[in-house]
Amino acid sequence: MDKPFAITLDPGSSLANHTGSWRTFRPLYVDRLPPCNAACPAGENIQSWLYHAESGDYEKAWRALTENNPLPAIMGRVCYHPCEGACNRQHVDAAVGINAVERFLGDEAIRRGWRFESSAAATGKRVLVIGSGPAGLSAAYHLTRMGHQAVIHEAAPLAGGMMRYGIPKYRLPRDVLDAEIRRLVEFGVELRLQSKVMNVLAAMQEGFDAVFLGVGAHIAKRAYIPAGDASKIIDAISVLHDMEGAQGDELRPMLGRRVVVYGGGNTAIDVARTAKRLGAEEAVIVYRRTREKMPAHDFEVEEALQEGISIKWLSTIKEAGEDDIMVEKMALDASGFPQPTGEYERIPADSVVLALGQDADLGLLANVPGLATDKGLVQVDAGMMTGHPGVFAGGDMAGNERTVTVAVGHGKRAARAIDAWLKGETYVSPPKHELATFERMNPWYYSDAPKTVRPVLDIIRRQSTFEEVLGGLDEGNALFEARRCMSCGNCFECDNCYGVCPDNAVIKLGPGKRFLFNFDYCKGCGMCATECPCGAIKMVPEEN
Amino acid sequence: MSFQPVKFYQTGTFTVGNRLLPPEERSVQSQEKRYNSINSGHRACQGCGEALGARYAIDAAMEATNGRLICANATGCLEVFSTPYPETSWQLPWIHSLFGNTAAVATGIAAAIKVKKLKGERRNIRVVAQGGDGGTTDIGFGCLSGMFERNDDVLYICYDNGGYMNTGIQRSSATPPAARTATTMAVGPEPGNVFGQGKFVPAIAMAHEIPYVATATVADLRDLEAKVRRAMEFQGARYIHILVPCPLGWGTASNETIRIARLAKETGMFPVFEAEYGEVKSVVAIRHPLPVEEYLKPQKRYAHLFGKTPQVEVIAKLQALADRNIKKYGLLDGGAR
Repeated sequence: MDKPFAITLDPGSSLANHTGSWRTFRPLYVDRLPPCNAACPAGENIQSWLYHAESGDYEKAWRALTENNPLPAIMGRVCYHPCEGACNRQHVDAAVGINAVERFLGDEAIRRGWRFESSAAATGKRVLVIGSGPAGLSAAYHLTRMGHQAVIHEAAPLAGGMMRYGIPKYRLPRDVLDAEIRRLVEFGVELRLQSKVMNVLAAMQEGFDAVFLGVGAHIAKRAYIPAGDASKIIDAISVLHDMEGAQGDELRPMLGRRVVVYGGGNTAIDVARTAKRLGAEEAVIVYRRTREKMPAHDFEVEEALQEGISIKWLSTIKEAGEDDIMVEKMALDASGFPQPTGEYERIPADSVVLALGQDADLGLLANVPGLATDKGLVQVDAGMMTGHPGVFAGGDMAGNERTVTVAVGHGKRAARAIDAWLKGETYVSPPKHELATFERMNPWYYSDAPKTVRPVLDIIRRQSTFEEVLGGLDEGNALFEARRCMSCGNCFECDNCYGVCPDNAVIKLGPGKRFLFNFDYCKGCGMCATECPCGAIKMVPEEN
Repeated sequence: MSFQPVKFYQTGTFTVGNRLLPPEERSVQSQEKRYNSINSGHRACQGCGEALGARYAIDAAMEATNGRLICANATGCLEVFSTPYPETSWQLPWIHSLFGNTAAVATGIAAAIKVKKLKGERRNIRVVAQGGDGGTTDIGFGCLSGMFERNDDVLYICYDNGGYMNTGIQRSSATPPAARTATTMAVGPEPGNVFGQGKFVPAIAMAHEIPYVATATVADLRDLEAKVRRAMEFQGARYIHILVPCPLGWGTASNETIRIARLAKETGMFPVFEAEYGEVKSVVAIRHPLPVEEYLKPQKRYAHLFGKTPQVEVIAKLQALADRNIKKYGLLDGGAR
């Protein structure tokens, strides 16, 4: 035997002693569901794409991201990021700026011209997609990835739906929107503009195997307001719609110097901020409840207030006069509903913009047998299929949670169900992992790092121009932000289990391959599970 | 701080490894083919801090010396659980000594190497001696002090678990005050180990003005490895004192070993620093300051302090010891004096 340095005897090795027999508990590697993923309406696997972004491989990160969502540059701007609200890092310092990193990846993809790839063989199936909003685009994208031919019919002259005709430019620049739609067309999605579908079943006869409806909701709800001059009452959706394509001042909506917006949702905020940018001296939002009850997102309310928009809480508009309106003060009752108080006040107004919500135009569904609607919403099952086989629906027309992100999620879910339906199957989603709660983690191991704040456009420029308000991250701080991710519930190969085992009973398999336990020697002390930063190891009792 | 903490890479240098770090900045323990100087199959208890600390330290020394290392080992837990006849867990030349003479044995090996070098040996072979706190601070203290005083070229590593755990958890001169052991029972007017006795050997080692003295815990691997690496850069007597919690003797759950070691450091009960030629050179700052109760409560050896009537005065005395460490070593500001 060729003995090592200074060894003269054949030693008996302790490897003969299988200490694994002492074990009463055994460690198991698990993958848990990170709270960000659980909260994402579009079903993004956020932890997984941040994992690639952490190592600086932005293309891989973007590809992981776009497995679920084809619109990251848009989403990185308009999403209300429920992921950040759920992020476990908020219990350490502040939530990871997931939305900012998503935007960085989206912008990077546009800058570098990354394109979608799909290895699926063409199935020869054709799916009609009605509407080119986020739901329709998402459905068409996922169908294309699965090998089906998706054909989008869009009534408007340009694609994008509410992303173009509802979201102001200062939140979503149109070159970004155009670039992400163009990429989808290059991927093989067929887009037919100014092609309004009047009858779904008739359109389906033209060689389609299934149909996805994503026509959105763009009929403004009205409220009866006695008015001396009815022409001064307009709805928010048409104001935002008319902003699109309005290059010269003369084409812009005429709102006057003093604009009152009626409503408390994000649309009310959008239109008030738009009015300010159009030159209104005063933009006042009248809302019948309190700030806490307001459906608009808090940061948007904050940004609006910064831009000089005022909000009259607990107020309803009783009538609109020649150059003012009468407002009645409200009080919340015990159950939190606003009740009239009989106190009135007049405030000057050149125009009143109603932002009271929207309904879907369901006219094209009039003669579809089996398709049911309820309170203006198309009724769908878990796979987004309506009561009529082969007709699916999603987006604003199929739900009351009306955001771009939810619509993208609907599109994906529908595409999976359509794919299964075309094969004569039913899509069954894989079982979800257990949630990676903060209690299951060991936060000691994460470096202290506060959130990177995105640059915000100067107030003065925000009040007068439609430039984008929120800036993006540059590569340095996007990388920093990605690395704040704690990889909740999913191994990120920190080697802690491998290092802390007093019995060398963890086998390192190499980069990207994670680890294995050597149960010949694992005594089941549980140190690996306790010291795993992200909670990806659990201890289970040994049988017998 | 004994090493340059890396800039923000998700976990920085807190975790054992970090896939985002360039390979040369990664820890010895994170390497796929590390030395594993103490092999699997040893008979240490579940969650043994000493087995872990020994692998951390000896692997780092092996890395620093390119595997040219001879180890002398005192009697104690480490020797008993790693070498029951005819098995050994050691993957390096290893010699077992008596309980008290390890430092002298290591001195002898160092002297032999010196002679061999005079006779033409070209390889640079280094010597490490290791033992528990019983073999170091009590029984082997005379030999250890002699080794320091002669400045023999030996790195002596003491794994401090605060008692004679191998023979049934008896008190040593490193047992902290108020701790219950088999010989300092939790009975009488002053239960547990007495205040005002015992000794802190790192300070005594510094008094010998040897080239290098450091303390470390098993909760901070990167710091421990950096200290062993630094120690191997010196010729002469060096001493590293590593806090290694003992689940059996301290009455903690087997999965808590590292957490308890971390709490010892974060509460100030165990100061982590390094010194050269008798002067403190760097201190590992407390990251999240905590009261001593956080450290004491999970340990059954202090259970008598938290009975029906909590021993607030005794806890306050222990807090005073921690506060004294914090002040003396500047543990809150990392020794920025």
